[in-house]
Amino acid sequence: MTEIVDGQMKKIDLCEECAQEKGVTDPEGFALADLLLGLGASSEMEQGSAELECPTCGFSNADFKKSGRLGCSNCYTTFAEPLEGVLKQMHKGTQHVGKAPKALRAQLDFSKQRDKLTEQLTKAIETEAYEMAAKLRDQLKDLESAEPKVTKEA
Amino acid sequence: MGAMDFLTSAEELAAQEGPEDHVVLSSRVRLARNLSGVTFPGRAKKVSRVETCKLITPVVSAASAMRGGYSTVMNDLKALDKTLLVERHLISREHAAKSAGSALVLNKNETLSVMVNEEDHLRMQALLPGMQIKQVWQKIDRFDTSLEKKLEYAFDTNLGYLTACPTNLGTGIRVSAMLHLPGLVLTDQVNQIVQAVTKLGHAVRGLYGEGTEALGHIFQVSNQMTLGESEADIIERIHKVVLQVIEHEVNARKTLMQGRSGELYNHIGRAYGVLAHAHIVSSKESMNQLSLMRLGVKLGLFEKLETPVLDELFLLSQPAHLQQFVGEKLSGEERDIHRAALLRGHLSKVKGLKFPSS
Repeated sequence: MTEIVDGQMKKIDLCEECAQEKGVTDPEGFALADLLLGLGASSEMEQGSAELECPTCGFSNADFKKSGRLGCSNCYTTFAEPLEGVLKQMHKGTQHVGKAPKALRAQLDFSKQRDKLTEQLTKAIETEAYEMAAKLRDQLKDLESAEPKVTKEA
Repeated sequence: MGAMDFLTSAEELAAQEGPEDHVVLSSRVRLARNLSGVTFPGRAKKVSRVETCKLITPVVSAASAMRGGYSTVMNDLKALDKTLLVERHLISREHAAKSAGSALVLNKNETLSVMVNEEDHLRMQALLPGMQIKQVWQKIDRFDTSLEKKLEYAFDTNLGYLTACPTNLGTGIRVSAMLHLPGLVLTDQVNQIVQAVTKLGHAVRGLYGEGTEALGHIFQVSNQMTLGESEADIIERIHKVVLQVIEHEVNARKTLMQGRSGELYNHIGRAYGVLAHAHIVSSKESMNQLSLMRLGVKLGLFEKLETPVLDELFLLSQPAHLQQFVGEKLSGEERDIHRAALLRGHLSKVKGLKFPSS
């Protein structure tokens, strides 16, 4: 059989029965990559963080270590600190870019626009382009006064 | 109505065509979504899972894209039916192990499927034959948007869609293409390709996803990262990678035909010999030999044989499909005998091998 872990392909010869078990007929399979990812992530999380417990679902560091999964959406707040390193390692970035539910899209667009204007303003001040800076400050003020409130559809 | 009465027949399914299907067997996008304020299925008690399932399933079934579709709770499916759905790539093996408190919803032609309470509250996928990565994304994106009006998703402005496993966080997207790469396997180049693709941040897996072997020279390429990059960028990157792999596979097939034809004819001729005449064939052997014959057809080595016949046999060779075809429960040994008979029945009459005699 052929197994690919971390880009390394390994060929292992198994007898017919074992091969069948590992391949087509085994409903559980052996999620090795999953296991490695989960373990790697959770052992990292364990280091340098105190024992935490999610107030919503009662999930603890130990539970995460065991399953590699979180208990509820609030776990992301509870474990925010220890998760930060894990996410950095796992993903391209730690800030979501991409689709958002329509109800929240306005809010996201707003913060993106604000970040952009703030950055431009800082640059303008640095380069002593005061006229430009004044313009940008007004734009930012206008934008902030029109900040959309998050409303969720029923 | 059982799942079996609903599903497209293996013959019809195998007859479907798609762009670049000499290499790309199918394209798939799945999205992971959860309900705001509801504990994830893995942590939730059974009572609450049943409740969540009862809340989600009717909403999903009522979506206009699901008109004329099929919906069932997992405890109403027989073990054989569940395995058959796994073999069709419509549910995961994890979902097949679920019972009360989990459900499945399919659209009319099974191009859309939703697993309710798998690892996340919703796992929705769009599946199309051939190279249609962008089309499957559009399809699932539209469907997801139609659901967000009725279901309040767990979403964070910084972390995106919140998922049970941090590996799916953000976009919750997994884009994958199922690739048939016999040329790269026979020319011993597949390792290099796998490494290159992995280096670009993609995962390469076997036929049934995570941790499975590359039966029938079939490999799944999918994105690994889901946070910090938009869906459009993820799709574009996979699209480019797949186009490159196609090119390498096509070149490998050319190399085999031009410089190593003796070796190639030997492989394909042996595959044909075994499948047309053997009396005991395991599913693994069947898949690997059918794969070589598929390569032969694509290279024009069989005059009166088309790939749909082989693709149908590939599907029917698998344990649950075979038992459903025969109409009774079979042991592993019995399956190997029935499988061989099925293959002989279809292939022993095939003529027109265009192998040069030298």
